[in-house]
Amino acid sequence: METDRQSFKPDLERIEIELLLEGVFRHYGFDFRAYAYASIRRRLWKRIEEEGLSSVSALQERVLHEPPMMEKLLLDLSINVTAMYRDPGFYQTFREHVVPLLRTYPFIRIWHAGCSTGEEVYSMAILLREEGLYDRARIYATDINEVVLQRAKGGIFPLERMQEYTENYMRAGGKRSFSEYYTAKYGGALFDQSLTKNVVFSQHNLVTDRSFSEFNVILCRNVLIYFDKTLQAKVHGLFYDSLSMFGVLALGSKETLRLMSHEDCYQQIAPPEKIFRKVR
Amino acid sequence: MPYSIVVVGTSWGGLAALSTLLHGLPGDFNLPIVVVQHRGKDSERLLTELLQDTTELMVCEIEDKEALTPGTVHLAPSNYHVLVEEGYLSLNTDDLVRFSRPSIDVMFTSAADAYGARAIGIVLTGANEDGARGLAHIAKRGGMALVQDPKTAEIPIMPLAAIKAVPGAQKLPLDAIAPKLVEVSQERSKVGARKVV
Repeated sequence: METDRQSFKPDLERIEIELLLEGVFRHYGFDFRAYAYASIRRRLWKRIEEEGLSSVSALQERVLHEPPMMEKLLLDLSINVTAMYRDPGFYQTFREHVVPLLRTYPFIRIWHAGCSTGEEVYSMAILLREEGLYDRARIYATDINEVVLQRAKGGIFPLERMQEYTENYMRAGGKRSFSEYYTAKYGGALFDQSLTKNVVFSQHNLVTDRSFSEFNVILCRNVLIYFDKTLQAKVHGLFYDSLSMFGVLALGSKETLRLMSHEDCYQQIAPPEKIFRKVR
Repeated sequence: MPYSIVVVGTSWGGLAALSTLLHGLPGDFNLPIVVVQHRGKDSERLLTELLQDTTELMVCEIEDKEALTPGTVHLAPSNYHVLVEEGYLSLNTDDLVRFSRPSIDVMFTSAADAYGARAIGIVLTGANEDGARGLAHIAKRGGMALVQDPKTAEIPIMPLAAIKAVPGAQKLPLDAIAPKLVEVSQERSKVGARKVV
């Protein structure tokens, strides 16, 4: 393999990526400029290679002049991989430590920010139903991407993953038989539509949109890892403003509030899970 | 060339190999070390504790945007990819890469892109070919490629694949890798001295 230690210029690549993201923002309005750099670079290069191109600049030309290419790129950059009951220990802890708090509320408002294709929304809906809280709960499930929201609303997930999800469900403290919640239909597992009776799926962009209500619980797991530190801090400001006093913020298990200016406003409820309560 | 980061990938047999490697490094080793060890999706802190018992260096499981710290072993958590940025580490949950998350290739490639010729990549024992492409990327960017001598590997598949992808990689017996790292990590000061002359 030919070495390119002379020809590879990381600074030049960075300029190209920044120009592409700036162009996408100014022409199409999608703002990926403060996304985590290494992740976005990796996703851009996957697209570049799939299109048979050889540089970020070449992709930029296609994206700016061909709206269908922008649509492809939007899916590349905005879809986050998820699973039902991802991290079963989180749901177990939620049952043990958050559900008792929620029982004291007559009405529970939950914001699931960055819900992607909805697997974790259905997971939470099932949990709330089993705990007898679903009928007084409303879940606002949002994502930047309309395509994934449509899939989330459909509630059809791949049958071949049901075995994995069933194991997750049981380890998450599930109280029934997981197969009660879906039927094999339309080439997939169609989930009980009554699970979305109190779910509002809606487009919301964490980067550019404001707070839209006040919530008792905000779930945002493994979404902020795709943002750089500056944008993470900004979104934590949005979450803080959107949580009622003593409201609960749930992050992914490897996410942290450390070094965020709102760190002192929260108490971690049950370490090691990243479930925090707003205390000031 | 002074080095700024050490990245290590391993799977089957990795715990024993990592223990030997880390045990051989002095407490004042001055480069950050990032480790991807394939493991079960839900395996928890145990690996961190087992490795911590073998070394004077600090071993910690990576959290998102964690700062790279000299003399710290940053261990990839299960079920996340690790991406190296200049000075810190990011995580993501993108699809498995060649059946793995964390993927050694993903971590190595990002280290090569962020650190270029200042990266040292090491492939140890393992039962699949993850790491070979990433190590090739490190070599391509001018970084140092080290591979555990397959003869000393519990399972030689991963080192053999790495050597095939990077014929110029230095092949070292397991117990020679730590001394090699100590030697090259001290080159920083020597290079500085030469420049003065």
